[in-house]
Amino acid sequence: MDFSDTPEEAVFRAEARAFLDANAVLKSEHSRTSGSRAFNAEDVALSKAWQGKKAEAGFAGFHWPKKYGGREGTQMQAIIFAQEEEKYLVPPGIFNQGVGMALPTIMSCGTQAQIDRYARPALFGEEVWCQLFSEPAAGSDLAGLRTRVARDGDDWVVNGQKVWTSNAHFSQFAMLVARSNPDVPKHQGLTFFILDMAAPGVEVRRIKQISGTSNFCEVFLTDVRIPDSQRLGAVGDGWKVAMTMLANERFTVGQAEGPDFDDIFRLAKLVMLDDAPAVNDSAVREKLVNWYCQAQGLKYTRLRMQTALSRGKTPGPEASIAKLVSATKLQEIAAFGVDLLGQAGAVMDSTAPFDAWFQNALLYAPGKRIAGGTDEILRNIIAERVLKMPADMRVDKDMPFNKIPAGPR
Amino acid sequence: MNFEFSDDVTAMREEVNRFLTKRLPVGAVRRQIETGDAFDRELWPALAGMGWLGVAIPEAYGGAGLGHEALCMIAEELGRALPFVPFSSSIFLAAQAILEFGSEAQKQKYLPGLADGSLIGTFALAEGAGDPSPSAVGTAFANGQLTGRKLPVFDAAAADFAVVAARSGTGEIGLFIAGFDGPGITRENLASLDLGRPAAAIIFTAAPAEPLPQAGDWSAVARLLDQAAILFAFEAVGGAQGAAAMALDYAKSRYAFGRPIAALQALKHKLADIYVATELARSNAYFGAWALEANAPELAAAAAAARVSANDAFFEAAKENIQIHGGMGFTWESDCHLYYRRAKQLSGNLGSARYWRNRLIDRLITQNQTEAA
Repeated sequence: MDFSDTPEEAVFRAEARAFLDANAVLKSEHSRTSGSRAFNAEDVALSKAWQGKKAEAGFAGFHWPKKYGGREGTQMQAIIFAQEEEKYLVPPGIFNQGVGMALPTIMSCGTQAQIDRYARPALFGEEVWCQLFSEPAAGSDLAGLRTRVARDGDDWVVNGQKVWTSNAHFSQFAMLVARSNPDVPKHQGLTFFILDMAAPGVEVRRIKQISGTSNFCEVFLTDVRIPDSQRLGAVGDGWKVAMTMLANERFTVGQAEGPDFDDIFRLAKLVMLDDAPAVNDSAVREKLVNWYCQAQGLKYTRLRMQTALSRGKTPGPEASIAKLVSATKLQEIAAFGVDLLGQAGAVMDSTAPFDAWFQNALLYAPGKRIAGGTDEILRNIIAERVLKMPADMRVDKDMPFNKIPAGPR
Repeated sequence: MNFEFSDDVTAMREEVNRFLTKRLPVGAVRRQIETGDAFDRELWPALAGMGWLGVAIPEAYGGAGLGHEALCMIAEELGRALPFVPFSSSIFLAAQAILEFGSEAQKQKYLPGLADGSLIGTFALAEGAGDPSPSAVGTAFANGQLTGRKLPVFDAAAADFAVVAARSGTGEIGLFIAGFDGPGITRENLASLDLGRPAAAIIFTAAPAEPLPQAGDWSAVARLLDQAAILFAFEAVGGAQGAAAMALDYAKSRYAFGRPIAALQALKHKLADIYVATELARSNAYFGAWALEANAPELAAAAAAARVSANDAFFEAAKENIQIHGGMGFTWESDCHLYYRRAKQLSGNLGSARYWRNRLIDRLITQNQTEAA
């Protein structure tokens, strides 16, 4: 076991650092990352410019083919660049959906014309993508989605509602999955499209979350016309395409951002309980140790997975561990940080200790346990795919979609 | 970057696993324990013959000199298979103490026997209830002799000698080797929670002993505890995996309500959580293995984190293994209790969970101050 880079990795890391040093500023030691900041127009402009700069220098699309502007590099290079980039103050990443998910899916399921049209503008930060999957009545059970799409001449016409869409309000394109045939079982009646978000009938509304911020949108689709050339994959193959895309998502959904062990440890050393630092209290210590062990465990689990990657193996469903553990840990640490502050825990204005970081995290942490796979779904994935436990009974599996009980609406 | 066991160790793991699986079919360990003997006298020389006792002992002292990474792997496999042998007492503790703090003559004298299994050692620190601390050591060393009472001492009935923590004339705590064949030693076997790791009380009455010269004060004991904690953490990771695998196998084959109980979400989520806890513990143990091999300054914090997370994961897996087995798991014949008992033996054998949690936070506070300075 050793933690040093291979010679090739070290060369690449030095290249990455040289690029970042020349183009960005290092973060200060205790900079606080929040998992909930909403992006404004300025953020979007800066993000686009930063993405363009990275793509020009060959630090984007690491696993993309060179002919589409990618690097044809390794997964380790992507990881190393992300590790280094994390140390700098850079604009928020809004290209995961496009560069990390949409375009790889188009490259494996789309036509050459589609790849030629969309690849470079996504990679170079000119076009932002979002994902129109979840619906008010289809979250964990994504295949139960109800947005209808019907053929009309050379076009398709879409009607329905999507929800929990990140970045929809500034995206140019969306990956859309909709129901083209309600008379067959739910997984078989779906078709996948590339949607122009500027098309008539697309209406985007911001969702106000419990914190008051808006990180997500709902998207209403009313008689939206999509040319058949924008269809991705065959009619009725929408589920297959969606699964291709979500397989890419697993590489991108990582740890929940926000206060972690180091931060609650620092707080526990500062706050006084019974005239002594809270860190001396045995009840506080019990919790601190649990989070330390989880944080360290995740860190070294990540290194084990990176080792597997560098040996050419593909990380499987065990990657679900990081999200499952870190989201709950975030919520617990946030709640305990608020507790430690006692009565002042109720204050969120600019005078609050740590800029109310723990309070803010408390309000966005519930979303981290839901988005990108709920805790419950992740446990099912681990049980069924890692431990090979039998799949759940699915009463609707072979039933035509329009016969499935849907509950009161 | 490479954060996995080396290819050599991985290949060796398969060999160890195959060997133990073949030698110890279900029920074999329990039947060995039921003989009332101090350990499995057939398996022990076989383990020695494979070269596994001396895997981390340098070649100059009769070992294989493969380093601690290999020993960590073996610890994990032993944790899974639960063989009735004094491996941990003799190798993780006695051999480690002599390797670390012994004189050249002591290494020559003891290590080859420990490596070939002809000599069995153990470690005597505790003197009744309570956590490790210099003030809890009442056993005294004077004029080349030990006087005091140690309890519990694990695998004492199997052992030929013990490495004993005692207070010397200077008032400092040191480590001393006391042979069990000499005068002034009484061993009393005690009814034990972990049947595969029986405990005894040892009464020293002016028993001849020799100091380990490099163990000059309590810090030597603390260091030995840190090193052993990492090896025992691997044992606990193996135990957690063994118990979870047993539960999983049973859940897949047991039918209720017309389907395997493994299809029930309540069981799926339980076993998924145990899997996650075990993987995190394994990762912490890996970091411990790295710190042990590299003798890194992070050793103490790595040991505590590895120990706490592995012991927590193991007990969770062991108790839920019984639960998933239902009434059958509550019977003597099911073997579930072997993991259950071992999990609790491991969670106290080097001091309680509370003690190690405190050690971890104290250590992190010191590390932080050092970094700030």
